[in-house]
Amino acid sequence: MNITARISILATALLAAIPAAFADGDHRAKAIAMMKQDFVTKGQATADRISEDGLQAICNRTGNKPPETIAKQLEADQMAGVKYPADGKLLGDWKSGEKIAQSGRGFTWSDEPGLPVGGNCYNCHQIAPKETSFGTVGPTLFQFGKLRGNTADIQKYVYSKIYNSKSYNLCSEMPRFGHIGALREQQIKDLVALLLDPESPVNK
Amino acid sequence: MKYSIAVVAMLALAVHPASAQNKGTAAKKVAKPPAAAPVEEKDAATLEFEKFRAMMEETNPAELFEAQGEEFWKNKRGHNNVSLAESCDLGLGVGVVKGAYVQMPRYFADAGKVMDVERRIVWCMINKQGFNEADLMKRPFASDSHTPEATSLVTYVAGQSRDMKFAVPLKDPHVKDVYEIGKEVVNYRAGPYDFSCNTCHGTDGKRIRMQNLPNISTHRGATSAVMGWPGYRMTGGVMLTQQWRMGDCFRQQRFPQPKYLSDTVTSLLTYMTANANGATYKGPGIKR
Ligand code: HEC
Ligand code: HEC
Repeated sequence: MNITARISILATALLAAIPAAFADGDHRAKAIAMMKQDFVTKGQATADRISEDGLQAICNRTGNKPPETIAKQLEADQMAGVKYPADGKLLGDWKSGEKIAQSGRGFTWSDEPGLPVGGNCYNCHQIAPKETSFGTVGPTLFQFGKLRGNTADIQKYVYSKIYNSKSYNLCSEMPRFGHIGALREQQIKDLVALLLDPESPVNK
Repeated sequence: MKYSIAVVAMLALAVHPASAQNKGTAAKKVAKPPAAAPVEEKDAATLEFEKFRAMMEETNPAELFEAQGEEFWKNKRGHNNVSLAESCDLGLGVGVVKGAYVQMPRYFADAGKVMDVERRIVWCMINKQGFNEADLMKRPFASDSHTPEATSLVTYVAGQSRDMKFAVPLKDPHVKDVYEIGKEVVNYRAGPYDFSCNTCHGTDGKRIRMQNLPNISTHRGATSAVMGWPGYRMTGGVMLTQQWRMGDCFRQQRFPQPKYLSDTVTSLLTYMTANANGATYKGPGIKR
């Protein structure tokens, strides 16, 4: 069974366990019915994108604060879907990583469909010091490798965080770039290098 | 409108040196390790823009569209050859425009719907003046070669509430219901990136790149979110309405497209404008 199907089955089972306080309110049901009426496909943004997947539903129903037991189980399930490079090498080329971090291209109705897409990283994070136009939705990643090191464990953490941010924080606002097939293995390795390589301007 | 072209050219000239100057200062800026992101600090580009906006307030290009919209409101038009002034009720009585904008969205019994200003104006154009619905739906937003009549009408009606306080009638159960639905939409995460409105607009002091994001769930943030709309956008030199803004945020959210004049967009405008209730509306504005 593929990972998405497994997650949705697990999510459905867990939804039943959510306390009554989080049961769908009348307004949420009305909002969903309304949106299903109101949205139409444009370009690659198909109308079915309005439907929540199991994880989104849990975050939506609990105001992004799911009960701890449910969060832990679903985070583990997201983690189980992370695919690492076959050769075990997680550090790519930081120069290429910088280009991926700069680009916000992809998945909107005005973008050309298909890969490669950008990482949108600078939209939300401060990263290399030269780029002063950075967003603040996420924490600063400046000096990330200098502060956290460049060990095998840290490399694995950063690779899996980019692959699926929800494997650490179920209702993270950061997209699941590898899980949804947006960023490829090599692109994620290049981003790991941008954050961790001692030669990267992030760590100078 | 020749005049508007002249204004656009003037804007382009005025904007250029400022942006060139910003590039220079940006390149010289060096982050100090370990730099936490300064959240509230206004960057050079924002300061430049605010200075420029203050300068522009004397000759706000939105006023050209207000004047155009006033003609559309008062002239007999459409298949039925009637004016909106003699047929359209924006909630305060047929033809009353003073103060109507700041009290919308509101419930309209004749349509059986809560409607925002653009939706109501288009409803009147179709149901009172006899315009063809499909024609009005075709190109709802301005481009450099075309400003929809509804956009100018919205700008005129909005201008007639300048310096008045927002007062969306939340006591009306219809409006309150739509407000609560809007609150759910703001929280609703979906799509390939798991984004909701709140991903970008749910916390104070956040930015996407250099663009400040109002927290639309607070009075202060919602006030800044609805202020200056409809707005003359310097990028492209076009007059745009809140209907356009909501659509463009859904685009960035990686959502599909909301149909023009949808219940969903009305619910968002109800939520945000009601959260701004009590704040003074400054009239149609200028946006970057
Ligand atoms: C829409 C906003 C958004 C985007 C886009 C985004 N992130 Fe994040 N990121 C966050 C948020 C919010 C957090 C903190 C919460 C969490 O850990 O989930 C975070 C956390 C992280 C962390 C963990 C930080 C730590 O201290 O452990 C890393 C690493 C990271 N992001 C890297 C990236 C990279 C690389 C990209 C681009 C491919 C990216 N992010 C794109 C919002 C975003
Ligand atoms: C991925 C990020 C993102 C998402 C998701 C998003 N927005 Fe925005 N929003 C922006 C940006 C960027 C701007 C432009 C700010 C500027 O021009 O300075 C903006 C502008 C706005 C404005 C105008 C603010 C002003 O000062 O004029 C409003 C209102 C708004 N958004 C509401 C919403 C609503 C409601 C939703 C959900 C339907 C939403 N946004 C989803 C990024 C986003």
